[in-house]
Amino acid sequence: MKIIEAVDVSKSYRIRLGPSATTVRDLITLRLARGRTHTRRINALDSVSFSVDEGEVLGIVGNNGAGKSTLLKILSRIILPTSGEVVLRGRTGSLLEVGTGFHRELSGRENIYLNGAILGMKRSEIQERFDEIVAFAEVDEFLDTPIKHYSSGMFTRLAFSVAAHLEPEILIIDEVLAVGDLAFQRKCLRKMQDVNRHGRTILFVSHNMQAISRICRRAILLNDGKIVADGAADDVVASYLSTMLQTTNQKTWADTLSAPGDDTVRLRSVRVRNETGEVSSAFDIRRPILIELGYEVLKDCGPFSAGLELYNEEGICLFVSNDLSGEWRRVPRKAGRYISTALIPENFLAEGNFFVSATATTFEPLQIHFHERDTAGFSVSDSLEGDSARGDLAGHMHGVVRPILEWVTQMRD
Amino acid sequence: MSYEIRINARGKSLFPDLKEIYEYREVLSLLIWRDIKVRYKQTLLGIGWVIVQPLASTLILTLIFSRFARFESETTPYALIALCGFTFWTFVNPAVLQASNSLVYHEQLVTKIFFPRLIVPSASVFGLLPDILLTIPMLVAVTAFFGVGLGWQFLLIVPAILHAVIVALGVSTVLSALNVRFRDVKFVIPFLLQVWMFLSPVFYPSEWVPDQFRAIVAVNPLTATIDLARFALLDSPIEPLPFSISIVSSIVLLVAALTLFRALEDDFADQI
Repeated sequence: MKIIEAVDVSKSYRIRLGPSATTVRDLITLRLARGRTHTRRINALDSVSFSVDEGEVLGIVGNNGAGKSTLLKILSRIILPTSGEVVLRGRTGSLLEVGTGFHRELSGRENIYLNGAILGMKRSEIQERFDEIVAFAEVDEFLDTPIKHYSSGMFTRLAFSVAAHLEPEILIIDEVLAVGDLAFQRKCLRKMQDVNRHGRTILFVSHNMQAISRICRRAILLNDGKIVADGAADDVVASYLSTMLQTTNQKTWADTLSAPGDDTVRLRSVRVRNETGEVSSAFDIRRPILIELGYEVLKDCGPFSAGLELYNEEGICLFVSNDLSGEWRRVPRKAGRYISTALIPENFLAEGNFFVSATATTFEPLQIHFHERDTAGFSVSDSLEGDSARGDLAGHMHGVVRPILEWVTQMRD
Repeated sequence: MSYEIRINARGKSLFPDLKEIYEYREVLSLLIWRDIKVRYKQTLLGIGWVIVQPLASTLILTLIFSRFARFESETTPYALIALCGFTFWTFVNPAVLQASNSLVYHEQLVTKIFFPRLIVPSASVFGLLPDILLTIPMLVAVTAFFGVGLGWQFLLIVPAILHAVIVALGVSTVLSALNVRFRDVKFVIPFLLQVWMFLSPVFYPSEWVPDQFRAIVAVNPLTATIDLARFALLDSPIEPLPFSISIVSSIVLLVAALTLFRALEDDFADQI
């Protein structure tokens, strides 16, 4: 059954160019001045249509300003579409921000009831799950303390816990996993999967592509208020990354003539693969990444090395690596197709998006056969299981690489 | 599944969906309860403050009018007339003030959660009901102190309180909705309330009003509230025509206010 059906949903805002009447005073003075206000329409959503099956977990991805929040607000009935229609065939619970409706002066216990009711739970439902909510949030000792004395972690845990125990047929979640400590984030992800196993439909917005591909089977990609991709989560994540990175996880050149290179070597393909050999765009930080360069030697020639340069989003070159493996090092090449694969080890790159430049270089005398920038890209994210270099650190972590170093600690004296 | 909701820009109803508000009654009761709880937790005097306010106003005005200006009502002590008026005004005044700012104050709720928006200003008004309920015994005690006995009509204090709620709801739903659209409304509200107090029979009985101003007092919805309360407690006579006009005007106000609120509420989350 289609539990959500959105047909041609649009939302536009009128942006006034020049003064706008946000006060009665302005309204009067602008009228008196008979100044014509020029307005421009901004489409936050532009004819968006999609449907969601019961029990499906749909991921929604897109850049900031792509219309994700507007869409979620319409689905949550907070704002109305300018045109089009959404049909919801189930009770909806939405969590657009953790802790909405909490009051600092009230105790944890009081806030559970208040927040539960605001999110659409009946009093009896809250009573039934009260102990579970408290246990999940790990705040039992502070239940009767006003939440203004809570740490931010406790506050977030309590807030998410109430929301996680909502049992609507449709659960709408916006980027709530960006908060809280890691152990709790993991718990939340598990809880969401659990909620889905009970047949509930989940709409999930996140910037964490790893979470999207792990939790969702299907995803839609929004760009400038339009749906530009709708399909299997992995594919949509890949196309999101490719629009964001302006590049893809594989690039091939169909014919030798147009391929980059000189009269001896031409680059024919660059692919990013995971350890099982599949072409992939999104990597877990704990998994190795294989960069595969395919090139064609047009005529027998002297030795050269295939190589790659890896750049991050800020354009910083993380490293340059050339194929120095014994077999082809300083060995003349015969005409033909070659494939060189470099392995970027697990627990080496930081989280983020990366771009591969492909090179082929003869070192003596120095000759660059090709140097193709930004051929392919991929993203690395941490699935927050606690066994990466992050340990239990949540939030932003500095550094362009993130290796797990061996540490030894000894107690002196 | 029978449950189905259609979200679109069409088919807008003219009046708030009261059935939907009933479905969200839990939110309403929790918001009311929260307002009360937080208010009593925060104020040092708590309940005492509620009783002190009308008493203090009455004391001052009794001094001014009966001692300095030598106003005296023939049958009932002026202090009782004023105290009765101030008891209701000390409910209506903060109710309108708080409810008018409630939507802006609860911006977090309005922009993040769906529920009937009317619940927000209503909760502010209902949250002040305990205050007036607590002042009624004080009012009765002072009345007894002045030797005025209570008759059967004391029970009419209940409809008087209900009417005060209707009036406060009417005024504050309009102001709360306008406050979202125009940010300077909140600066005008205290002034409007002051003017309203002078135009209402709060510290004077309706019959003191000169004939040429009778129409204004009759159209004022609050006139009926206070007249009814004075009839209930002090057996002050009610003049049927101005009283009926005031009742009708309060009902018209509430219906108009709810219609206006309905017309504006869909845009609250976009404008707040």
